[in-house]
Amino acid sequence: MEIKVESISKLFGDVRALDDVSFEVKPGELFGLIGPDGGGKTTLFRILTTLVLPDSGHAIVAGHPLTDYKAIRRSVGYMPGRFSLYQDLTVEENLKFFASIFGTTVDENYELIRDIYVQIERFRNRRAGALSGGMKQKLALCCALIHRPRVLFLDEPTTGVDPVSRREFWEMLGRLRQGGMAILVSTAYMDEASLCDRVALIQDGRILTTNTTAHITATFGRPLFAIRTSNIYEVTLDLQSYTFTRSIYPFGEYLHYTDKRETPDPDEVGAFLRDKGHGDVELSVIEPTIEDAFMELAENNTKPAHNAAI
Amino acid sequence: MLPSEPIISVERLTKKFGAFTAVNAISFEVMKGEIFGFLGANGAGKTTAMKILIGISRPTSGKATVAGFDIYKQTEQIKKSIGYMSQRFSLYNDLTIRENIEFFGGIYGLTARQIRDKGEALVEKLGLQDKFNQPISDLPLGWKQKLAFSVALLHDPQIIFLDEPTGGVDPVTRRMFWNMIYEAAHRGVTIFVTTHYMDEAEYCNRVSMMVDGRLEALDSPARLKETYGVNSMNDVFLKLARNQNGTTSA
Repeated sequence: MEIKVESISKLFGDVRALDDVSFEVKPGELFGLIGPDGGGKTTLFRILTTLVLPDSGHAIVAGHPLTDYKAIRRSVGYMPGRFSLYQDLTVEENLKFFASIFGTTVDENYELIRDIYVQIERFRNRRAGALSGGMKQKLALCCALIHRPRVLFLDEPTTGVDPVSRREFWEMLGRLRQGGMAILVSTAYMDEASLCDRVALIQDGRILTTNTTAHITATFGRPLFAIRTSNIYEVTLDLQSYTFTRSIYPFGEYLHYTDKRETPDPDEVGAFLRDKGHGDVELSVIEPTIEDAFMELAENNTKPAHNAAI
Repeated sequence: MLPSEPIISVERLTKKFGAFTAVNAISFEVMKGEIFGFLGANGAGKTTAMKILIGISRPTSGKATVAGFDIYKQTEQIKKSIGYMSQRFSLYNDLTIRENIEFFGGIYGLTARQIRDKGEALVEKLGLQDKFNQPISDLPLGWKQKLAFSVALLHDPQIIFLDEPTGGVDPVTRRMFWNMIYEAAHRGVTIFVTTHYMDEAEYCNRVSMMVDGRLEALDSPARLKETYGVNSMNDVFLKLARNQNGTTSA
């Protein structure tokens, strides 16, 4: 195991940032930590990169316990959520700087970063602070990789990044993993979960589940209907007052609906809506997405006082 | 309910920074009560265009009116007619919910009575009565964003500009937020929204796509998917943003 996390907890005042968190990441595995802001993802990264200590629990990173922080720091690359390169240094200077503090050179490990670096090479004399968001992100990844780490930590590398750059970034991660590097990456974008080998869904400091996305969606446990309509707003309101509605959420061009009954009949739900004047509704039974599964698990986890989901 | 009359009109709007053209002769109209999605890659010019429309940046050339007011000469009237919220600037963390409402209500020139009545209605609707006198910093991000949206509507603006309002917010809260958007649109408020979540692009009546300073596409999500022969808004986005310059604009 390249990362082994055992029962880690961390309190800030009376806020439980991490609550008994455990999981493992294998060599060559791309492991996603998926969950909204404030869920504890960054705190976990800071613990695993030896920047803060957990209150309880253990972890092994690249073969070393957390107490052996010097060895861990030599073996890992870390790209924090906030851009933290030197804004006044150029692209090339940043890269040389990070290579030199790890006792290596850009030439020695150029092979590893070449795919990414060629995309920013034409800006090599530009100061890092003057790069666009996508370019900064690529430079930060190069700097985190330049000492050829065994384990790579990426904290929300795609937040605020447009879909094109996000897709390219994930393609790069896929190639890195093939070289045997273990990668722990966090994201608030649920659709990125399917690009990981395995994921842990995390909310309010707790891991809701750990598995492949296929396994997680397979355990959704109840029929899910997709409803297509030209009037999402009115249909939502009407379904909120329907006796059998368990949940109703907008999902892109569809509404996703679950029913309180074990074996609901889509025709019956459709008839209810047509009675309400929605002649154009189309219902179909669909496979849940990871986002459906997340919402289902999060709901069971938090048990909120208000049960009105929308 | 069907949008018909334009509330934002933009004609060949252009903004240059030195030799760089950030916004390149864009033209479009937003209809009253419409949910209008304003999409584009990072650096495509969205923020620059939005700053002009909310009256805090002057264009290099072109014309535009927002809520009937001219973007060159009537920026103060524009600011009174619109609401604005972004992911970064929401509310003052050190102030309580009550103080934030009083502050923003005061800025928009509401009377003490209006602030009290609207403020009470707002917290009741959000179910935040028991947090009324607590600092905003105690609230989870999702609640802050919902509160910020409500506060941005406090002065009954005709248009609300939302700049990535749901970034990093959990999936359930993100949907509750969109329900608030639908509700406001239903009351006739025009919504101008940017997002990087392509499922949210589907919630818009019409979506525009900026690529390298130009407005490359503008239509309903269904028509856009049809035009580009793809099944999702994500693929529409990828097609438009990637085709443009071979590599990417990021």
